[in-house]
Amino acid sequence: MTQDPSPTGLGWAGLIAAFLLLGIQPWGARAEEQGFESAVARLADRSFQVKQEALSGIAASGDPRALAVLIALQDGDLQIRAEDQRVVIVRPSGAGYALKDAVTGEDLGQVERGAIKKIPVNNAMRTAVRVAIAALTLESPDPVARLSAAREMIGTSDPLARQILSARLEKEDMPEVREVLTLALGVANLGAADAEARLAAIAGLGHHLDPRARNALAALLASESDPEVQAAAQRALAGIDSRLAWNARAETLFFGLSLGSVLVLAAIGLAITFGVMGVINMAHGELIMIGAYTTYLIQQAMPGFVDYSLFLAIPAAFIVSGLFGIAIERTVIRFLYGRPLETLLATFGISLILQQLVRTTISAQNVAVQNPSWMSGSLAINPALSLTYNRLYILIFSLLVFVALLTILKRTALGLQVRAVAQNRAMARAMGVRSERVDALTFGLGAGIAGVAGVALSQLTNVGPNMGQAYIIDSFMVVVFGGVGNLWGTLIGGMTLGVANKFMEPWAGAVLAKILVLVFIILFIQKRPRGLFPQRGRAAEG
Amino acid sequence: MGLVRALRGDTGGQVMLAVLLVVAVVVPMLNLGVPESSPWHVSTYTVTLLGKYLTYALLAVAVDLVWGYLGILSLGHGAFFALGGYAMGMYMMRQIGDRGVYGDPVLPDFMVFLNWKELPWFWQGFDLFWFAALMAILVPGVLAFVFGYLAFRSRVTGVYLSIITQALTFALMLAFFRNEMGFGGNNGLTDFKDLLGFDLQAQSTRAGLFVASALALALGYLACRYIVTSRLGRVAVAIRDAESRTRFIGYRVDRVKVAIFTFSAMLAGVAGALYVPQVGIINPGEFSPLNSIELVIWVAVGGRATLYGAVVGALLVNYGKSSFTGIFPEAWLFALGGLFVLVTLFLPRGIAGLLAWRRAV
Repeated sequence: MTQDPSPTGLGWAGLIAAFLLLGIQPWGARAEEQGFESAVARLADRSFQVKQEALSGIAASGDPRALAVLIALQDGDLQIRAEDQRVVIVRPSGAGYALKDAVTGEDLGQVERGAIKKIPVNNAMRTAVRVAIAALTLESPDPVARLSAAREMIGTSDPLARQILSARLEKEDMPEVREVLTLALGVANLGAADAEARLAAIAGLGHHLDPRARNALAALLASESDPEVQAAAQRALAGIDSRLAWNARAETLFFGLSLGSVLVLAAIGLAITFGVMGVINMAHGELIMIGAYTTYLIQQAMPGFVDYSLFLAIPAAFIVSGLFGIAIERTVIRFLYGRPLETLLATFGISLILQQLVRTTISAQNVAVQNPSWMSGSLAINPALSLTYNRLYILIFSLLVFVALLTILKRTALGLQVRAVAQNRAMARAMGVRSERVDALTFGLGAGIAGVAGVALSQLTNVGPNMGQAYIIDSFMVVVFGGVGNLWGTLIGGMTLGVANKFMEPWAGAVLAKILVLVFIILFIQKRPRGLFPQRGRAAEG
Repeated sequence: MGLVRALRGDTGGQVMLAVLLVVAVVVPMLNLGVPESSPWHVSTYTVTLLGKYLTYALLAVAVDLVWGYLGILSLGHGAFFALGGYAMGMYMMRQIGDRGVYGDPVLPDFMVFLNWKELPWFWQGFDLFWFAALMAILVPGVLAFVFGYLAFRSRVTGVYLSIITQALTFALMLAFFRNEMGFGGNNGLTDFKDLLGFDLQAQSTRAGLFVASALALALGYLACRYIVTSRLGRVAVAIRDAESRTRFIGYRVDRVKVAIFTFSAMLAGVAGALYVPQVGIINPGEFSPLNSIELVIWVAVGGRATLYGAVVGALLVNYGKSSFTGIFPEAWLFALGGLFVLVTLFLPRGIAGLLAWRRAV
């Protein structure tokens, strides 16, 4: 870690760097305190030439106030007081602006908008300001500031920038900053006059995935005359392109798995009620919606704890949706066992009632569910591939839910009873299983899982009264595709459909991809009417 | 002969047809012949509304034919209805000619808007009424045939079939929403001017469409009765009640299913073709799975496997919907949802079953 004693980070190297970079006549030893003050004063000049020189003077002055002035200039806060052409830093205050002398920092009171005017800046100046700020910040003790400064320098191919960068690279010991500095230096070296240096730079850039490295190589290829360098650049570009293509595929795969995880979450509760109990629950989507609304209500109840409320929302949504499920089972579905088509209609009616219930009691509009801070941002694998945390967490979460459910069904007494009733109701009853209670609990479990899915979905999509309808058809497709009564089928089916959908999207478009998936399932069902992993049994149907 | 057989013992159907006949004669007379000031006058709005209900009733009959007598719960009949509607809409679109906003003599407005240069191949021929009318029946029929052939041959039954019919209509809805499909995308087809040269806004055209709908309902009803009282119909009922057994006896179950399913889809297409000129618009929303499932409840309310019950159910539920959404728009979904639950729990045979039970007591 290179510690710089100067609080604004203006070391000697920075000073040299800045003025080398800006390519000005050296101001010599007298460019100290006075040089800074006069340079700032000359920013009020009308000529861009003079202002450009003044800018270089400020950057090279080594004055601790230089950075503040440059930043103010960049933000448009460095202005001129009309009455005496004094350069001031302005700050909006009330109806007007508060002024501060740019050099002394003296408070100059408040003025109207008309009393000050902006310093006109052209593009060349803007670039110079940006690079000067970056070069100055490159010496900052704060590694984060150095990192962003180094990023800012990528693409400056000025010969002097190379010296700054390589000087900094020698001292730098933060790996991330070194990485970016190497990249910036490589891009800068592509502009070297010496063909050997260019070849070395190409070799160094060949493994970089940053789009700017690729752009610089492409630009070099277009302008290069040396055949050897040209061939090397060509090879490096081809290598980068193939690696970018692989990264793009990996990203599509991630999006596909993410969509698949949403489908699995939405469908897995259904896999239980439909698969294990043979009950068509059209209100499943609304149970997801209830889970999402539970998340919303818990966030409303504890506004200061957005980061933690999700952990409370998961069990709460499980309980609330589960209770709704048990109520539905006890009041309606238990009268309709063995009549799946009637169950379908009755639960569809329940779905309409639940939707309207939410509309009347909460709101017909979508509600805003907040995302906790740890869900935002993304995990950068490399410059071309980053995975957003919310999708990543939901992917992991769906796998956890899957494992939990599998454990319940395979390892607990309830699971054993559920499977027994699903396989042979009469025999299970004869063995002393209370099938009514098992039915209610199974349905409650499926509904509770739907509620948990709702918590996850509230982090990805809009939460509104209609959200359940969006998932019901997809969920049924997943269950039917995967094979009824088979949790593994649901997992594999959901993931397959998600990935297939995302891989088709680039060439077919989102809507057509969805249509193709639906048509594929319709055709698939013809071929394998019992899905991917059919339940085996000896009973003849009908 | 067939007619006598079809209606023998069908008291409900006889009453229904008689009422339909009276309504089909009296309503247009009260609309056209009675001055508006008279309390006996029936407004054109009401005539159109009733005409719309009658097309719904025909659709419900088509659903009852496959659900009540064949045991196939189709959640995709709205798609056949909408396809018939689109065929008729395309004809009326072509009839607009150069009276559209852009004044193009051949291309409908939305194609001019999308900057298309010529008519797509599947729009050819729709300037002829007979062709459009044929397509309104054939397109749903062919789709149902292909779909049914594939599904029934592989013995996709029960809820699986319901779910893939729902997927079918959902996929069609998504497809018709796309502008590239060439059916007007989101907005669908609208701004119709006339049909066979009659102005669509004219009172007499509206009355004429109402009579045509009543006639189509009566004919469709008779055709369905004819089927269910025939040998084919008895095999269908056998399939509904014991599919495997019927197959083992030696009947070609898949063929019976495909035949009746295709006929039912054609009937739905006719209903759609009559529906569109009366409401004046057809858009992809008609394909929404919600519509298809809602029309199943009409049949359930009326009583499945009675056919006339489907007519009664369609009229009652839609009348209820119109009045409810007028008075308490909020409560309509509660009412509809409650209807689904209550009918399946307490009235498995619908209103027709209730009447039959009264008679039996």
